[in-house]
Amino acid sequence: MNQAVEVKDVTVAYDQKPVLENISFTVPKGILMAVVGPNGAGKSTLIKAMLDLTQKSAGDVKILGEAYKPKNRTVGYVPQRGTVDWDFPTNALDVTLMGRYGHIGWFRRPSKSDVALAEEALEKVGMSAYKHRQIRQLSGGQQQRVFLARALVQDADVYFMDEPFVGVDAATERAIIALLRDLKESGKTVVVVHHDLQTVPEYFDWTLLLNKQQIACGPTDEVFTMEQLQQTYGGHLSFLNQTEMVGR
Amino acid sequence: MGYEAWILLTGSLVGISCGMIGCYLIVRRMVMLADAISHSVLLGIVLAFLVSQSLNSIYMLIGAAVIGLATTIFIQWLYASGVPEDASIGIVFTTLFAIGVILISLFAKDVHLDVNHALMGEIAFVPWNTIVIFGAEIPKATATLLGITVVTLLFIIGLYKELKITSFDAALALTIGLPVTFIHYLLMTMVSLTAVGSFDAVGAILVVAMFVVPGSCAYLLTDRLDAMLAISALVGVLSAVSGYYAALWWDVSISGSMAMMGGVIFLLTWIFSPRYGLISKWKKSSTPLKEQEG
Repeated sequence: MNQAVEVKDVTVAYDQKPVLENISFTVPKGILMAVVGPNGAGKSTLIKAMLDLTQKSAGDVKILGEAYKPKNRTVGYVPQRGTVDWDFPTNALDVTLMGRYGHIGWFRRPSKSDVALAEEALEKVGMSAYKHRQIRQLSGGQQQRVFLARALVQDADVYFMDEPFVGVDAATERAIIALLRDLKESGKTVVVVHHDLQTVPEYFDWTLLLNKQQIACGPTDEVFTMEQLQQTYGGHLSFLNQTEMVGR
Repeated sequence: MGYEAWILLTGSLVGISCGMIGCYLIVRRMVMLADAISHSVLLGIVLAFLVSQSLNSIYMLIGAAVIGLATTIFIQWLYASGVPEDASIGIVFTTLFAIGVILISLFAKDVHLDVNHALMGEIAFVPWNTIVIFGAEIPKATATLLGITVVTLLFIIGLYKELKITSFDAALALTIGLPVTFIHYLLMTMVSLTAVGSFDAVGAILVVAMFVVPGSCAYLLTDRLDAMLAISALVGVLSAVSGYYAALWWDVSISGSMAMMGGVIFLLTWIFSPRYGLISKWKKSSTPLKEQEG
């Protein structure tokens, strides 16, 4: 069993209008994959549909060979930073600890070892100094790091991250990519919704090109070509001509 | 216990139970939903009376829980069908409340159930309507509220982390297998029970104040959910007790006075809170901001 994720014929429709049509791809274990496409292409919707956060009209999703079920705890999800209320009365350590909740079970409190894991994860993302900081007082990059620390303590096998690089500073971007590579080294699979085309070949082994339909999916070297990108972005790719992409 | 002590205890129990449940309504941005439920439970109370022909509080609580859940579900249906959320809330609760008012005027004229009482409450009558529990004679409303407060405490302590994670990040909660919708309805049931338990004491309009005001004060005073719950309960008690004495002093409505004292405490917090008060904000903006660490 070498596939981390198998997606078969996933279709999502809102009010009869298809948002995603017949998406089918597989993700091998131990790779970093980017989900790339223009705004409104359904990238976030795809992740949410895969994790049953949005209703699918059709399709199957298998994680590590088994039909996806939340309680299997094989999946770690990092939502877009903007989806939670950062005014919530809590601090960085507490948010990180929430990553352990799936392991703790009903009615029980986080143990000392859960707290130790959370502190260790905050250390890894360079946020130890801010662990008692109220989350609204953190910068965008710091908030994103807390989200990643929370994902780390989930100790999942497959991670789905929705736009983790949006609105973060350069230092955080480097910290995140280092972390993703660590995860990959330890055999985890990471699927990332990504919008910065320039960094795709540098960061990701595997790429899914998406625009309501699946344009291509495979090793970045093979998939990330001018022709395929033109097809994904349609006429909106003109800006790419000014970038290093042209040489490819 | 004397007359005054019963009133103070009853008011304090309202403050504790509403204050703590109210914290979750505030952090979930659901205060308007609680407003809706606290009104529409009137229909639950009337229906419970019509079905059971008694004013036994058990039937009332069941009726309120059912109608409270129905309110939540109807609002959700309307919202899902494309009606804006605030309009959905307004449509559902006014309609259910109106049905309750009509049913009272049709069938329940002769019993101790009138619209005015339901809206405004009458805590001054609470000590006279007693039952005997374990050989002790205690006011019915107080006994009910004591039960509700205990259930509220068990609910919050037992499901502390589940309530927190579903409030903060429902998507994460779903991906770790928590029944997010079930917990939402459980919370709404607690809102219904607390609302109906507080009905006698403060009525449908002012119970909203008890849900919102103490929690809002606490929100301005702390950055931790557990501290927020404790402060909110404390402010609830403080509003009830100071409200009672203010009502004696000026010879005015007790429930109105309790809600008003809540408002006064909020005003003071809003101005003087060391973290988020008007004065500290003004001080912060007049000193240069420190560089944000990256």
